[in-house]
Amino acid sequence: MSAVDPTFDLDGQPIALQPGDTILTAAARAGHEVPHLCWSAEVSASASCRLCTVLADGRPVAACVTPAVAGQKVECRTALLATQRLRLLQMLFVEGNHFCPGCEKSGHCLLQVQAERAGMTDLNFEVLNPERPVDASHPDVLFEPNRCILCQLCVRASEEIDGKRVFAIGGHGIATRLVIDSASGRLGDSALSVDDRAAHICPVGALLPKRVGFAVPIGRRRFDTGDTRG
Amino acid sequence: MNTRPLETADNPAGLRRIAIDPLSRVEGHGKVTLLLDDDNRVRQARLHIVEFRGFEKFIEGRPYWEVPVMVQRLCGICPVSHHLAASKALDRVAGGWPVPPAAEHIRRLMHYGQIVQSHALHFFHLASPDLLFGFDAGVDQRNIVGVAAAFPDAARQGILLRKFGQEVIRITSGKRIHGTGSIPGGMNRAVDPAERDALRAELPQVLAWAQDAVTLARRLHENLPTRYADFADTPAAMMSLVGHDGAMELYDGVLRLRESDGRIAVDGFDDQRYRELIDEAVRPWTYMKFPYRRSLGVDDGWYRVGPLARVQNCDFIPTPNAEAARQAFVAAHGGRPVHAVLATHWARMVELLHGVETVAALLDDPLITGGPLQAEGPRQRSGIGIIEAPRGTLIHEYEVGDDDLVTRCNLIVSTTHNNQAMNEAVRTVALRYLDGETITEGLLNHIEVAIRAYDPCLSCATHALGQMPLAVSLRAADGRVLDHVLRSSTGELLRDGQAHDAEAAQ
Repeated sequence: MSAVDPTFDLDGQPIALQPGDTILTAAARAGHEVPHLCWSAEVSASASCRLCTVLADGRPVAACVTPAVAGQKVECRTALLATQRLRLLQMLFVEGNHFCPGCEKSGHCLLQVQAERAGMTDLNFEVLNPERPVDASHPDVLFEPNRCILCQLCVRASEEIDGKRVFAIGGHGIATRLVIDSASGRLGDSALSVDDRAAHICPVGALLPKRVGFAVPIGRRRFDTGDTRG
Repeated sequence: MNTRPLETADNPAGLRRIAIDPLSRVEGHGKVTLLLDDDNRVRQARLHIVEFRGFEKFIEGRPYWEVPVMVQRLCGICPVSHHLAASKALDRVAGGWPVPPAAEHIRRLMHYGQIVQSHALHFFHLASPDLLFGFDAGVDQRNIVGVAAAFPDAARQGILLRKFGQEVIRITSGKRIHGTGSIPGGMNRAVDPAERDALRAELPQVLAWAQDAVTLARRLHENLPTRYADFADTPAAMMSLVGHDGAMELYDGVLRLRESDGRIAVDGFDDQRYRELIDEAVRPWTYMKFPYRRSLGVDDGWYRVGPLARVQNCDFIPTPNAEAARQAFVAAHGGRPVHAVLATHWARMVELLHGVETVAALLDDPLITGGPLQAEGPRQRSGIGIIEAPRGTLIHEYEVGDDDLVTRCNLIVSTTHNNQAMNEAVRTVALRYLDGETITEGLLNHIEVAIRAYDPCLSCATHALGQMPLAVSLRAADGRVLDHVLRSSTGELLRDGQAHDAEAAQ
């Protein structure tokens, strides 16, 4: 960092800025993770999960869409924000059916690792146990809506990378769901290909290439660390 | 079906009820109920399994590649058995059977590690307090803490034997409990040479401990008080997998059934045709089903599985020290079939020794560190996987749709095969030791000792296919039956106003 580089303050650390930076991207480049679920460098930001909420000069903003401003004081790791993130994660868990022990995404799952990093040890809220039928109609891709957290990454990947618009968000409130662009509403009748980026970008286990399952051994999964219990 | 002697009292009204609830030092939840008359004569004795988990149902609709991991949650003691039985069944569905040699050898290593850790856990932690201190010893002493205080070397060796088995599981599945190593069509990992070498270094000591465990089990068995010489002696047919050459075989083989008198009734039976050999019956007072030999019917077709059956069902054990121990077991009983259930502990330790010897051989096998790990081939709609779990023959069967989702699942778990045999053991002990006596805690423990010898895994064993029969009674405060509904095994509801005889003992 040169003396003339503009910076902002993230939890007491100076973070260098580049043109077009959001708080999240500038922090990530400097090696600081702002917790997130719905953000990916591959697609546009949507600010839908709100896990990346930080305080910018005392005002809560989504770090993934808020431009970084030189001289700004940004707080990410406060006790209040940690509690808010924990509650948000707990709500995501109880709204769906997330059973990590039997889930092939375990060890690769962003929701799981964020919950672990947030220190989540219980659900706090009453579970809703929604009934969401699995859509296995596609020959090569499984849609497991019980695990969908409505992050919209597949929506954006299909539109921005694959040029297809296979997915969209439909419904309102607690009935909000991922909808599929096909006459039957089923994945097998859609234009999705297993080679599409949308079939692989899901941060949880909702959209998965079929017949892969537990092919990656424990110890070599995306979020395995030396502390992964064996 | 007819009921067995002492299964159902002729007139349960007015009989005194004693319940052993919960059974202790077994996996899962169960209870025993006894109905006694005014003279303390036993009129009814039953082992009930009081929990229902329904894995068979909620596996339906899941993608088949999830299943070998998901079914491990049936059990915290023998998850590897379910992991591998499901994998073997789904190898066929995925077109990956037989798996490549390297994958088979690593699976075998995992499985025999499981045999070692489970058998060590049962003998030292769960059963040894009864055998070391006596069935009537105080409850404050009859536990693993009591063993550790009075017999620290035995307790330590038991714990370290189990640890060794768990480490074998870890290097093959990624975790000591609930790993992911086996997948339909093969394995997702080979063994790391450094981890193999660390276990190899422990082998001389572990082999010595395993040999000591056989000696201890034999000594405890032969030194049992005379009054326990025929404890829970319940003649039963014996079923297990064996190798094509008649060897003890715990990972993959053919089914053999031996009559209680030692004659071989069925041999070389293809495991994929198990449904032609056995079926399952239900009774309204327990969640655990009753498997039986089709050729003999529900009433007479029950049989025993597990170490006592396996050690006598095979022609030989293919590792030298365990084979010598097996021959000593046979010779000590004059070559006659053994049905006294306490001999199961001795047989179990013979198997533990076989497990350690097999692990030793596999750790020397260069195949376990690499080579092709997955096979591919044409898909099938269904698959059956049968394995000899620590507690006995374990059957997993799946049907899978063209969309890759499981459409049907049937599990026949080791403990389920032993259901009738355990109930018979309960009745034998109740008649021999409790009948006409003043009931004490020590006497009741005799019943638990008989059940414990089977090392039952009760939470594994309650996964019914279809409708479970259920009896519900509504009673007034004075005991009068106001309403009674019986749901039959076919789902039919019957309302008769009379308490079903089964309900009286709940």
